[in-house]
Amino acid sequence: MELYMSLAIGALFTVGVYLLLSKSLLRIILGTSLLTHGVHLLLLTMSRLKTGAAPLLGQKAESYVDPLPQALILTSIVISFGVTSFFFVLAYKAYQKLGTDDMEELRGKEDE
Amino acid sequence: MNNLLVFPLLIPLCTAAVLIFLKNKISLQRWLSSLSLLGTAASAGMIVYQVRTEGIQTLHMGGWLPPHGIIFVADMLAALLVLVTTIVGAFCLFYSFGTVGEQRERYYYYTFFQFLLVGVNGSFLTGDLFNLFVCFEVMLISSYALIVLGGTKRQLRETLKYILINILSSTLFVAAVAYLYGVVGTLNMADLSLRVAEAGQEGVLNVIAILFMIVFSLKAGLFLFFWLPGSYSVPPAAVSALFGALLTKVGLYALIRTFTLVFYHDPVITHSWIAWMAAATIILGAFGAIAYSDVQRIINYNVVITVGFIAFGLSVTAKTAMDGVVFYLLHDMVAKAMLFILGGLIVHVTGTSQLKEMGGMIKRHPVMGWMLFITALAIAGIPPLSGFAGKLLIIQGGLQEHYFWLTGIAVASSFIVLYSLVRLFISAFWGEEKLSSNPQTVLSKGMLLSAGGLFIIMILMGLGSEWVYRVVSEAGNTLMNPEIYINAVLKE
Repeated sequence: MELYMSLAIGALFTVGVYLLLSKSLLRIILGTSLLTHGVHLLLLTMSRLKTGAAPLLGQKAESYVDPLPQALILTSIVISFGVTSFFFVLAYKAYQKLGTDDMEELRGKEDE
Repeated sequence: MNNLLVFPLLIPLCTAAVLIFLKNKISLQRWLSSLSLLGTAASAGMIVYQVRTEGIQTLHMGGWLPPHGIIFVADMLAALLVLVTTIVGAFCLFYSFGTVGEQRERYYYYTFFQFLLVGVNGSFLTGDLFNLFVCFEVMLISSYALIVLGGTKRQLRETLKYILINILSSTLFVAAVAYLYGVVGTLNMADLSLRVAEAGQEGVLNVIAILFMIVFSLKAGLFLFFWLPGSYSVPPAAVSALFGALLTKVGLYALIRTFTLVFYHDPVITHSWIAWMAAATIILGAFGAIAYSDVQRIINYNVVITVGFIAFGLSVTAKTAMDGVVFYLLHDMVAKAMLFILGGLIVHVTGTSQLKEMGGMIKRHPVMGWMLFITALAIAGIPPLSGFAGKLLIIQGGLQEHYFWLTGIAVASSFIVLYSLVRLFISAFWGEEKLSSNPQTVLSKGMLLSAGGLFIIMILMGLGSEWVYRVVSEAGNTLMNPEIYINAVLKE
C-alpha cells in the first residue's frame, strides 16, 4: 500500500513542480497547493499505513493507527490554507495593480 | 521546569492580540508595543541570568515529560539570541515610529511586528522539530504581511516571489519532518539526537540531513539566496532592518541547531557541503556587494556575505570556531540592524538610493556619517570594535582544522565588505554637496536616537569583548557537547 501511495505522491510532486515553473500566476498557486497535498499525504504515508481503528479510545480496538501524524497534518493543513488564501488575494491585488499575471513580465529591477 | 521561558513568546503574543482592537489609537499602540518589548527584554535578560547561574532551563508544556510533549529549552545560545532579538526589535520599533507612516500604523503594523517577534523567539526557544516549523510559519506569515503592507507595485511584485519561495521551502520542511519521523519515530530534538546516534547517520539519514540543509539554507540565504536582494529592498527601512537582523539569523540558528545536535555524526559529508556552500555564498555575495551602486542592494549583499561567513564557522566544528559563530551572530544582528537603519536615513535625507546622485552630506549630518563609518569598520572586523573577536575566533578555528583555502576566502571577504561599505560612506558623505535644495534634510530626534542606541550597544559589545566572551564560550561549549543539552532535556 505504501508503494502505491508513494507513486501517487510522486505524481503530485511532479505535477506541482511543473506548474510552479510555468508563466501564469494562477498555475503557480495551483502548483503550490498540489505540492502541499503531496506533502500531507507523504506525512500520512511515512507513519506506515497499518490497519487499525481510528484513534478514538471509545473504539476499544486491539490496535490503533498512529495519532501523531494526523495531528501534524491537521496543523499543516490550516497553515497552508491560510498562506494559500493570502497568496490568492495577493495575486488578485497584483493583477489589479500590475495589470498582468505573466511572471515573465514581473522581472526586472526598475522602480516604476 | 521554569515558567519564565514562555514569556518572550507570551508577552508579544498577548500584545499583538490586544493591538488588533486599537486600530485607530496610534499613540496607544506605540506605547503598548514599546512596553511589551521592554517586558520581553526584561524576561529575556532574566533567562540569560538563570542559564548562566543554574545551567540549561527547560519548560514542559502541560506537564508532559519529553519526548511526549512540546518542550521549550533555553541553553546559552537560545537565551542570548532571544535577548539580542528583543533589543534589536525594540530599536527597530522606535525607528519605525517616525518613518513607516500613519497609514501603515493604522493597518495593524504593530500587530504584525509583534507576531514576527513571537515567531522568532519561539523558533529560538523550542525543542521540538514540528514546533519549530510552526514558529517558522508564524514568523514568515507576519513577514509576508510586513513586506506587502503599503501595497506599492514594487512591493506586490517582490512579495509574490518571496511568498512563493517560502511556500516551497516550508513544503520541503514538512517533507523532511515526515521522512525523519518515518525513520526514527520522534520529533523531540534531544530524543532525535539519541535515536539518530543509535541508528547510525548513514544512508537515508544523511539524505534527510541534506534535505534539512537545503530547507534551512533557503531560509537563511546560504547559497540559495537569489530571493533575498530583491525582497529585502522593497519594504520601509524599519522593516528591512528587522528582516536583515532577524530572519536570516533564524535560518542560521536552525542550521546550527540541527547540525550540532542531531546530524553531527558524519561531518565529512554534511559539514563539507556546508563549507563549500559557505564559500560560494561569500564569493557570490562579494560580487553583488561590489557590483551595485544602490544603497539597499549593497547592504543586502552584505547580509549574504555574513551568512556565508557564519556558515563557514559552523562547518569547521572546532570549539574556537563555534565560539566565533555565536559571537559573530550576536554582533551581526546588532550591526546589520544598524546598517539598514543608517541606509534608511541616507535614503530619507537624500531622497535617492543611487550612490551617483549623493555626496557631501558630512557637513549637514556629521553624526550620521561617523556612525556609518564606525559601523563599516565594525562589520569588517577592525580590532577594538565588536566584529573583530568573532571573526578572529572563526579564522583561528579554520586554521586549526586546516581549512586554508576557505579561511583565505573568509579573510578576503572582510576586505570586500570594508571596500563596499567605505565606498558607500565616501560617495554619500564626501565630495561636493549635491541635492542641497532637498527639503527632506530634517531628521527627527527619534530616528537618530534609535540608530544611536544600537551604536552604543555595538561599541559596548566590542569594548567588553572579554565579558561577552565568557557567556559566548558557554554557548559554544553546549554546541560542541550535545550530551549537555540532551541530559538537560531528557533527564530530570
